[in-house]
This record gives sequence, structure tokens and C-alpha cells, in this order.
Amino acid sequence: MQNGNVGLVDLSLGRFDRRTADLPPALPPLSPPPLSVPCGGKVSVALAGRTPVSIVSLPLLDVADVHIGYENPSSGEVTEAVRGVSLAIQAGEFVSIVGLSGCGKSSFLSAVAGLTPLTAGSISVDGCPIHGPGPERSVVFQKATLLPWRTVLDNITYGLELRGVPRKAARAQSAKVIDLVQLRGFERFHPSALSGGMQQRVNLARALVTEPRLLLLDEPFAALDAITRETMQNELLSIWEATRKAVLMVTHQIDEAVLLSDRVIVFSDRPARVVAEIRIDLPRPRTPQVKHSPRFAALTEQVWDLIHSSAGLKREVRYAI
Amino acid sequence: MPSDKAAFRRRKRLETLGSFALSISVFVVLLLLWEWVSRTQYVDPLFSSSPSRIAATALVLLRDGELVRQIGASAKVFGIGFGLAIGFGIPIGVALGWFKVVNRTFSPLIAMFYSTPHIAMMPLFIIWFGLGLGSKVALVLISAIFPVIVNMQAAMLNVDHDLKIVGRAYGASQWQLFKTVALPSSVPFLLTGLRLALGHGLLSVVAAEVFGGSSGIGYMIEYAGSTFQIDVVFVGVVIIALFGIVIDRGLHYMNRKVDSWRLNGA
Repeated sequence: MQNGNVGLVDLSLGRFDRRTADLPPALPPLSPPPLSVPCGGKVSVALAGRTPVSIVSLPLLDVADVHIGYENPSSGEVTEAVRGVSLAIQAGEFVSIVGLSGCGKSSFLSAVAGLTPLTAGSISVDGCPIHGPGPERSVVFQKATLLPWRTVLDNITYGLELRGVPRKAARAQSAKVIDLVQLRGFERFHPSALSGGMQQRVNLARALVTEPRLLLLDEPFAALDAITRETMQNELLSIWEATRKAVLMVTHQIDEAVLLSDRVIVFSDRPARVVAEIRIDLPRPRTPQVKHSPRFAALTEQVWDLIHSSAGLKREVRYAI
Repeated sequence: MPSDKAAFRRRKRLETLGSFALSISVFVVLLLLWEWVSRTQYVDPLFSSSPSRIAATALVLLRDGELVRQIGASAKVFGIGFGLAIGFGIPIGVALGWFKVVNRTFSPLIAMFYSTPHIAMMPLFIIWFGLGLGSKVALVLISAIFPVIVNMQAAMLNVDHDLKIVGRAYGASQWQLFKTVALPSSVPFLLTGLRLALGHGLLSVVAAEVFGGSSGIGYMIEYAGSTFQIDVVFVGVVIIALFGIVIDRGLHYMNRKVDSWRLNGA
């Protein structure tokens, strides 16, 4: 029993099973629930009221039936972006979400980051529901969004600084990450002097240096040119192989998703729902060479088909007339 | 190649020097022209002056300490008024821009005051604060504070939304967001505000002293004018112009320093 958190897990799938978890609760327990109280004193009633089938640690990230809607400030109409998404990520897992542009996947990632409020459902990290951003999650944004008046080094230590880490300690802590993202020698540059790819490295370093448990990547290389993008994908692959951090990445680059991920989750068109989940069984550790394998091509093809069919753009349509 | 770099720098320096020499020579030519015109009989010396007479008068006024005394009096009014405008203007502008409710409540009031010619308030200020320092400082304050307020307000409203989201994602509190994102990005706006405030402030010092003062450059000009000391009037005008140029250049230089993070790197 790790972390004092218990849950119902379908071992065959290796992930939190909602269907089992949503069964009506058994009689209230006679003895008080878990001794160690998780989530800062808030005991989850739903968990406490059930008899566990098997006891294992909860997934790192658990998203349960999340709905997200945006209210138009002038008309008051609500646009539904995400409808009933559930998924789970284990520690050390790389999971990608793919879908068409504007399908709501970025809204979903923003909600996991704690930056967008939910209309319904819940998001938990280590079994504790999140309320806004937290130190265990870091976001790499699509645009580099660096503070232009700060040097590369001061941008990287920004997150640590906000958490009250002393300047000297923060700088020492960032040394390793600077090597990892190959920014050594650029510490004193201002962002305006860097190329788009280099800025994105700073963006990544800023997220890594806070040592989050879960890294959230929001189309991290979408704004880069094709060659830089490929370089950065390969580098992210080697960084991930070195750190094995849990990652949730949103992208519309299918080959990127297949290359990097353990699982690819396909979102439907707006409002986003989970259409399919594909386990990427390419062997680890991977190198960029894996792209030349037939298995890679087959998986990419499979994801393509799922996206097309989810958008109602069935490939067979061409031949139907 | 270092030799190319050196050559480029030499060429660049020559260019700068050239444009500087040109602007100086235009100035000198204009002065000479003025001097020449004033020595012909087409201009009545009673109603005009010349560069040489202005210089001579300035020297006399400088020797007997009159100039220093008047400049000191004006500088005191300007310094206090401008200082208060900065001290109050920045927090007021920030509050207006940062808090939506405050903005909606007070913006019309600010807009109304901003567009009013402040010299119209001078008789009131004299009644409230007397003919001495008080009324003059009040006029400088009220004319210099609005550019600062309006520009700080604009700065807060124009903070890059994406940068605010980054701050929030890394757990910044409202105060940290303000300190690490809003305040640094407001500096160019602040400098613009200060430049405008400077112009308005200088104008007000002179206006206030002409209106009802007994000291200062404005008073000196007003008194000299009414006693037909045209040279002295010109000395006052030149001093005000020089003062404006010095402060404006200073702020311009600061602006360039601050802008350097946008233009170049290391």
C-alpha cells in the first residue's frame, strides 16, 4: 500500500477502471478509513465507502468524466469543448493525445494544468483532486512565452523563484537541466537573441527544472519549422529516455505521437471525446531510427484512420461514389 | 573577420559623427543668420534680441547670482511637483489597470480631468494654497500626474496574456504575477508617461510663475517682458529649452537601455 491511497484497478488493463469504481457503494465502513489522510486533510468519501477489490497505488494522473465548456462573454452561450473524457496515466508513462485542430485537446491539457475550470468531472494527481496549478505539474507551452527581459538562465529558474527557492540554489539546480536541453553557453542570452528552437528548449528547461511528477506538453513543436521540429522530437525522445518522467502531450503530429508515446489517445472532433486508445508497442529505448520500421508505419496508419473516421471523413468515401 | 568588423565600426562611427555635425551646423547657421538680421536696420532692437546680446545678458545674470536664484526657485517647484506626480501617479495608474472594478469606476473621471486645461485651475489653487510654493506645486502635480496615470493604466491593461498564464501555471500569486510580469513589462509605458509628464510639468512651472509668482524663471520672463528687457526674456526661454532637452535626452537614453532586452541578446 503506497502513499496511503487505494483504488479499484482492473489489472488486465493496468489502469483505473471506472466501470468498477462506479458500482453503488457498499455499506459504510465501521472502522475509520485510511490512517494517513491524503490531499491535505480532505478524505475522498467515494473511496472510503468501498471495499477494495485489490490494493495497489493509484495512477499518477486520473481524469474522470471531465466536461469543459466555455461561456461566450457577450452572448452567454456555452460552447462545449470537452465531453466526458476519462483517462489515467501511470508514473513513467508517455501518453499523447491526438486530434484535429480545435477539437478541444488543448482545452483538456489546460484543465489538467489547472488553468481551465471544469464544468463537470474531476482530475486527480496521486488520488488528490486538483484545484488549480500545482508544483507536481509543469507545462511546456506551444509558444515559448519567455519573459523577454530575463536572460535564459533567469527564465529557466522562474518557476523555482516563484516557489521561493533561493537564487543560488535555483541556479545550481538548473545546471543539470541546461546540459540536458543543450543550452550550455547560452545562459546569459536574452530570448530575443535565440532562434525558435532554442527558445523552445528554454521553455522545456523551465518546465523540467522544477522536477514535476507530470510534464504537460501543449503542441510543443507546432510553431517550429519542419527540420527544427524533427531535431527537437529526437531530443525530447532522448531526454525522456534519460528521465522517464510521466508526460501528457497534446499534438496533431501523428508521427511525433507514435515516436514518443507509450499510448496514443485519439480525440474526436469538438466536443472532444476519447475515440480510441492505441498502445504503441515499439521497443524501448527508442531511437529516431524506429521511424523506418514497418511497425511504426502500421501504427501511424492506424492512428490516421481513427482520426479520419472520428471526424466523419472515412477514407472509403473516395470510393463510395 | 576582425578587420571587417573594425572597418564596419569605423564606418558606423563616421556616419553618426556626420549626422551630428550636420545638425550642429544647421543650428549654427540659423544663429548666424539671426545675428546678421538683428544688426541690420530692419529690426527694432527694442523689441528683439540677438544671440550675442542674449549670451552677454546671461553672463551678467549669472555673475550677480540672479539666474541661479531663479533657476533654483523653479527647480524646487518642478522637483516637488514632478516627484509627487510620480509617487502618486504610478500606484494610481497601476490600481486602475490591474483591478477591473477600479478601472470601470474611475476611468471616466480620469479621462475628464486629463483633457481639461489645468492652467484654468490656477486661480482656485491660489485661493486654496496661497501665492507661494503650494499653488505652483499643485499645478505642476495636476498636469504631470495624468500622463503617468494613463500610461501606467495602459501598461497594466497591455500585459501579455500568455506571460500571465505562464506565471499562473508555475504557481505565481497575484502579487508575484504583478512583480515578475506586469511591472517589468510596464517600464516602456512608464518612460513614455514620464516624457509626457515632463513636458506638461515644465509648461506648468512657467505658467504658474507667470500667473502669480514672485520668483522663478517664469516670473523672471514675465517681469522682464513687462519692463522691455527682451534679452532677459530670451535668456529665460533658452534656459527652459535647455532644461527640457537635457531631461528628455536622459529619459530617451534610459528608454534605449531598457529596450536593449528586446533588440539584442547577450
